[in-house]
Amino acid sequence: MQFFFEVLIAGLLSGVMYALVALGFVLIFKASGVFNFAQGAMVFFAALTAVGLKEEFNLSLWVAIPLTMVVMIVLGFAIERIVLRPLVNQHDITLFMATIGLTFFLEGLVQLIWGSTVRKLDLGIPDVPIEVVMSKTGMLVSQFDVIAAGICAVMVALLAILFNKTKIGRALRAVADDHQAALSVGIPLQHVWGIVWAVAGIVALVAGLLWGSRNGVQFALTFVALKALPVLIIGGFTSVPGAIVGGLIIGASEKLAEVFIGPYVGGGIEGWFPYVLALLFLLVRPEGLFGEKIIRRI
Amino acid sequence: MIYREAGQFKTTYLNDSQIFPIAQDRYAVAALLIVAFIAIPLFASQYFFSAILIPFLIFSLAALGLNILTGYAGQISLGTAAFMAVGAFASYNFMLRVPGMPILVAFILGGICAAMVGILFGLPSLRIRGFYLAASTLATQFFVVWCLTKVPWFTNYSSSGVITAQQINILGIPFDTPGEKYVLVLIIVSVMALLAKNMVRSNVGRSWMAVRDMDVAAEVIGFRIVRTKLIAFAVSSFYCGIAGALFAFCYLGTVEPEAYNLDLSFRILFMVIIGGLGSILGSFLGAGFIVLLPTVLSVIVHYTGLPNSVTSNLELMVFGALIIFFLIVEPHGLARLWQIAKEKLRLWPFPH
Amino acid sequence: MKLKLLKALTVAAVAAASTVTSTLATAQEQFIPILSYRVGLYAAGGSGFFGGAIDYFNLVNANGGINGVKISWEECETEYNASRGVECYERLKKKNGGASLVEPLGTGIAYGVLDRLPVDKIPMTTMGYGRSDAANGQVFPYVFPLITSYWNQAAGMIKHLGDKAGGLDKLKGKKIVHLYHDSAFGKEPFPVLEALEKSLGYQLIKIPVAHPGTEQNSQWLQIRQANPDYVILWGWGVMNAVAIKTAARNGFPREKMLGVWWAGSEEDTIPAGDAAKGYTTMTFNTPGNYPVIDEIRKKVYGAGKGNLADKDRIGSVYHMRGITAAMLWIEGIRNAQNKYGKGKVMTGEQIRWGLENINVDEKRQRELGAFNMFPTIKTSCQDHEGSGAVKVQVWDGKAWKAVTPNWIQGDRAMVQKMVAESSAKYAAEKKITPACLPG
Repeated sequence: MQFFFEVLIAGLLSGVMYALVALGFVLIFKASGVFNFAQGAMVFFAALTAVGLKEEFNLSLWVAIPLTMVVMIVLGFAIERIVLRPLVNQHDITLFMATIGLTFFLEGLVQLIWGSTVRKLDLGIPDVPIEVVMSKTGMLVSQFDVIAAGICAVMVALLAILFNKTKIGRALRAVADDHQAALSVGIPLQHVWGIVWAVAGIVALVAGLLWGSRNGVQFALTFVALKALPVLIIGGFTSVPGAIVGGLIIGASEKLAEVFIGPYVGGGIEGWFPYVLALLFLLVRPEGLFGEKIIRRI
Repeated sequence: MIYREAGQFKTTYLNDSQIFPIAQDRYAVAALLIVAFIAIPLFASQYFFSAILIPFLIFSLAALGLNILTGYAGQISLGTAAFMAVGAFASYNFMLRVPGMPILVAFILGGICAAMVGILFGLPSLRIRGFYLAASTLATQFFVVWCLTKVPWFTNYSSSGVITAQQINILGIPFDTPGEKYVLVLIIVSVMALLAKNMVRSNVGRSWMAVRDMDVAAEVIGFRIVRTKLIAFAVSSFYCGIAGALFAFCYLGTVEPEAYNLDLSFRILFMVIIGGLGSILGSFLGAGFIVLLPTVLSVIVHYTGLPNSVTSNLELMVFGALIIFFLIVEPHGLARLWQIAKEKLRLWPFPH
Repeated sequence: MKLKLLKALTVAAVAAASTVTSTLATAQEQFIPILSYRVGLYAAGGSGFFGGAIDYFNLVNANGGINGVKISWEECETEYNASRGVECYERLKKKNGGASLVEPLGTGIAYGVLDRLPVDKIPMTTMGYGRSDAANGQVFPYVFPLITSYWNQAAGMIKHLGDKAGGLDKLKGKKIVHLYHDSAFGKEPFPVLEALEKSLGYQLIKIPVAHPGTEQNSQWLQIRQANPDYVILWGWGVMNAVAIKTAARNGFPREKMLGVWWAGSEEDTIPAGDAAKGYTTMTFNTPGNYPVIDEIRKKVYGAGKGNLADKDRIGSVYHMRGITAAMLWIEGIRNAQNKYGKGKVMTGEQIRWGLENINVDEKRQRELGAFNMFPTIKTSCQDHEGSGAVKVQVWDGKAWKAVTPNWIQGDRAMVQKMVAESSAKYAAEKKITPACLPG
């Protein structure tokens, strides 16, 4: 039973890490209806830029991170101006495709600037089991994961404040609800989209730093996006709390499945299990748990 | 002027329902087929066959399959490579386990297996739409590749999980050289493209388009949604399955399940979108673009003399930028550009 | 201010000038296509390996070539993708008088070109990967899994674990976890590990990691639950660093982990940081410095022709592996020249014979400035592998150090029997009559 809880906790904490990546997708989809496939590339771009700045210019990490933040904000606005603005009102799939093109571009660009070697990123958070928990219950709970979960909670809180309490947030919500109506009351759509992409860039930076310090900063960071997709499906593409809940569900269930079902079918099921689970969820709720219900009229 | 249909009268119903109603189109297609079947086999080099033409044709077929599903029936799928894998591994096993199995029959059976898997994974589409569906088709992708890696029977208990495609022999004629394989692939692709062209203008195709444009409305006017969507999945997967079998038998020879990975699925999706959704011609144009572009780019950057660590990344950047550029210039794909060109030619040299 | 881009661009001008000169004199050059990958998931390994090979080519050319024949090469980016790799192969195979040999450093591409090799008469080396049964040159005349295959490596791993436990018989009742990349690559050693499980009586627990392996909490929880004596890590790319870190967070001693050689480079341990200290892997290069590497530093990097952007990577695991590969290719070409005419450009067929008759003993290693850098190799028609010996290295937190002073060999007789069986099955499937090709 203790082992069960250990797996469950490890899963929930991994789930928070997935949710962190999923948040970036949600922000952009909510505001502009674009399924941003480049989110994974943005995570990689941000992490490598931060580490690159730190190592190549001998900066402290606490200087490199704000600098990268600036880079990500500029990048967000640039993407809006160069890629999205000319594609306004195009079919969803065209926009999706454009973000795939963007993925290639960003991957090439960042490796061109900083090289393709694997880099180490040390945030100063030790990745060891928490002693207190271990001595009391005998369970190993990673300190790093708990702190990461804390950071994620802070991020969600900040985003919630941004969305609900600020003027920009109101504009964002207005655009998310109805582009046309928002435009007609004078909200500058392009500007709002730029902000959303910039915020998504910063979310990518946070995700990139945490994932990068866990796994090393390397190309494989782009793959964490694949872990975020089932989270999105379950939570709904348009819901910030959905991303968190979805992350927890996916994280816990994929670990439990791998550990308790995996051995009977040859293991390695973590790759597809979350997707199948998400699919089953969708059969009951086609727009995810927290997604907006789409009412279809003729 | 050049492309003018004035004066071409349809006097019978048969005439009216031709595949290519305009004479110029007919001549163009005929000329293209003559070039493909006679001129190219005579003059092309081995490199051209085995590195450009064969993959181009195979990818075109896969793109055609996906275009049926995404372009005509409106269901986005990111699991194309999985259906290709099913086709390839099924054909291999039919060849292996049924003595005297003719290879073409094995291909068709492989395609049918893919179609059945397609129907199974198409079931969720009855309830799920848009990007939710796209993301959940990834389940197909990961599950199928996982299955092929896990169940040793599929790979004939090969320790490393690879299959080696059998030699191709049709009615005693061996197809060994790249030139011969090209002809085989060309025949299969031409026949299937013709079938697809016919299918999309039949009632099946029209029902697909109705569902694509608005499935609720289609249901109201009496289309059976379940049947229509599942037929789309089946036909699309059948095409992909055959393409996958050709990919193994006529192109790579020895393949592991990993060859049909997510990358391949994405590549085929690019072809469909760049080529043009809902266009048979677009599938070919898109495939040509995606097959040729990296090759052309790598040849070009090679001559810049930059070190490879730079050129490889530049290649990637230019590839991405060009995709974005094309989408901005013509969001409806290369097929739309061709249509615009035809419009221009119709009026040329006397535009209003 | 040492931006890679700026550096690369300055190097570019030099490179551009040198390509002009090299294209002028292609007649008397031995052409080797380089199917490299410098972008994508495995870029770090690719740039090190192919960088090493090219550095060695530059060294050979600086020393006057092979009996006066200079080496020329052209790179083509494969992105580790089978169809791009095949296109590269097809594009380069006829170029500049024809390809001497190929080395794609990737299983998918190697399989993609496998059937084309006998037709084009171009040999392929698959150093440390690919089909293990290709060691049988009678069935695979054009494939050379030089030094050791996966099977011999797996046998060597068990031998090492046995030595560690105090004798192979001591493995009885021990638990060994095989933590593998869930693909053809990870499953390759199954037959060997299972056969030895039967004969030695250890308990083998196989735990797969789904590609790409960025998350391994569940696997390591399973491992902790099983409480094994050893963990064999059969991974590649990001999976290795994650495995080491996750082992650390689960309190599994890294000393009990033994990685495959694709899990034993700086790229795998550096991102794991301190967690990697004490982690051991297999290798076929003894880490350290050698006269040949000093020579490359002096003659190649000194002349500004070095291929690695980052000079710290000279002599790193992948770089040294690339140098080793290139060294053996050149030996093969040299052999061919000795038989078919010194100072002439060799065809692929002739080089195939040369690779089949490599004999690098300790004396020859000293001449090459690479004594003990890799095991001694003697290939023949029956044995395209030529050695089968491996070493174990440990990460001390800063660099790799050899653990075993001598080269270790697993149960070779058993592996050879398996090679014979498996290649016979392949021959039957493909209707090949096994035979040695005449010289």
